[in-house]
Amino acid sequence: MDRAATDEQIRAQIAPFNKKGVEVSDATSFVDDLEFDSLTVMDFVAAIEDEFDIIISMNQQAEIETYGQLVDAVVKLQG
Amino acid sequence: MTDLFSKFDPLIAQREALLSTGITDPFSLVMERVLSPTVAMCNGRETILLGTYNYMGMTFDPDVIAAGKQALDDFGAGTTGSRVLNGTYAGHRAVEEALKEFYAMDHAMVFSTGYQANLGIISTIAGKGDYIVLDIDSHASIWDGCKLGDAEVVPFKHNDIEAMEKRLKRIPEGAGKLVILEGVYSMLGDIAPLKEMVRVAKENGAMVLVDEAHSMGFIGANGRGVAEDQGCLDDVDFVIGTFSKSVGTVGGFCVSNHPKFEIMRLVCRPYVFTASLPPSVVATAATSIRKLMHSGNKRAHLWENSKILHKGLRDLGFQLGTETPQSAIIAVIMPDLERGAGMWEALLNEGLYVNLARPPATPANMTLLRCSLCAEHTVEQVQTILGMFERAGKAVGII
Repeated sequence: MDRAATDEQIRAQIAPFNKKGVEVSDATSFVDDLEFDSLTVMDFVAAIEDEFDIIISMNQQAEIETYGQLVDAVVKLQG
Repeated sequence: MTDLFSKFDPLIAQREALLSTGITDPFSLVMERVLSPTVAMCNGRETILLGTYNYMGMTFDPDVIAAGKQALDDFGAGTTGSRVLNGTYAGHRAVEEALKEFYAMDHAMVFSTGYQANLGIISTIAGKGDYIVLDIDSHASIWDGCKLGDAEVVPFKHNDIEAMEKRLKRIPEGAGKLVILEGVYSMLGDIAPLKEMVRVAKENGAMVLVDEAHSMGFIGANGRGVAEDQGCLDDVDFVIGTFSKSVGTVGGFCVSNHPKFEIMRLVCRPYVFTASLPPSVVATAATSIRKLMHSGNKRAHLWENSKILHKGLRDLGFQLGTETPQSAIIAVIMPDLERGAGMWEALLNEGLYVNLARPPATPANMTLLRCSLCAEHTVEQVQTILGMFERAGKAVGII
């Protein structure tokens, strides 16, 4: 799947977690801009994992701070 | 210069705000004297203990105390050495023999604390390229064990069998897999559906480690824990446990039937690079473990206590962590930290000690008053406790 299609799919998953309706770009930070706490991160990661049938281990999560990094990681994990 | 302590500023501020209300600091209580497994002197006042892990009340058992005193006389105050060098005395072997009998397993390895048992076993068996699939509500020692190893760490939603299975199925073929579960989760006192979870883990080619710290001695026909109770202990590869709860002293262990298990003694760093337990501690532990094999009546009384307290608190209108009593832990959910601390103090003033638990130790950012019962709590004490909860709850405005 190309980056644009993956981006679109992740955007749809993020919506229910984006309580304040923050505009999401590649530079958007999950912690600073979207204000995800650890519980939200867990639920959100689980949703992404199930959507794409992948594993994003905690080790990999530690490298992902922004929306753009997540899209890149998911593209890569889908092989 | 950057002050490395600035990262603690939010916590320092939260603490100061709480203490500025004049409330007793819930995290610096001193027990001036301990009168029995269930009663201590706190602030000069006789206080019922409802927040210890002394589930089976073994701390003052006369046989246990005698064994400890004898070992102090015979072997001295400490070993001053590692288990693999000069720190294995007859008592260390004896307590491992007691554990093997208690669990009917081939191997037992004793660590200096329960924390180190999880830290050591998990970080040593799951290394780079392996996958650990674990419950999100796992104890800190499990998380730290994961962090110390280099395995890929994949958490799943608490007690969610389907979420666990999905993640197991996504692991690349050929990778080593370790599933980590707990028998009793200590914050809410709920148990895991181990039978199903262990079956699913095995079907997916994973090894299974179960932490039975809060169930040993109490749950299961022989007190071996939740896996025994649910009939799946034979399929568990590693059981982790502790001496600091039902056994009544300090120390940790792993029991296993894995044929190569003994190699762990040479490769497990938290086992090798620390001093072994003092002789008195292993002597008290061995005596206690052997007595716990034949404690069916105490187990039955502890269940009674748990049921009475759970029902009593619910009837009073408190919100509890579990619908039914599932262990010796009953968690009372507080609306927020301030009222939780207020309730904790009101109970202390009544002469009752419970644990105040708050994030990040608790799931879902909850503030909890954690009550843990003891087989030595009398029926009368449990009624007294309920009266204290009623008065304190009304005074603080929680019920």
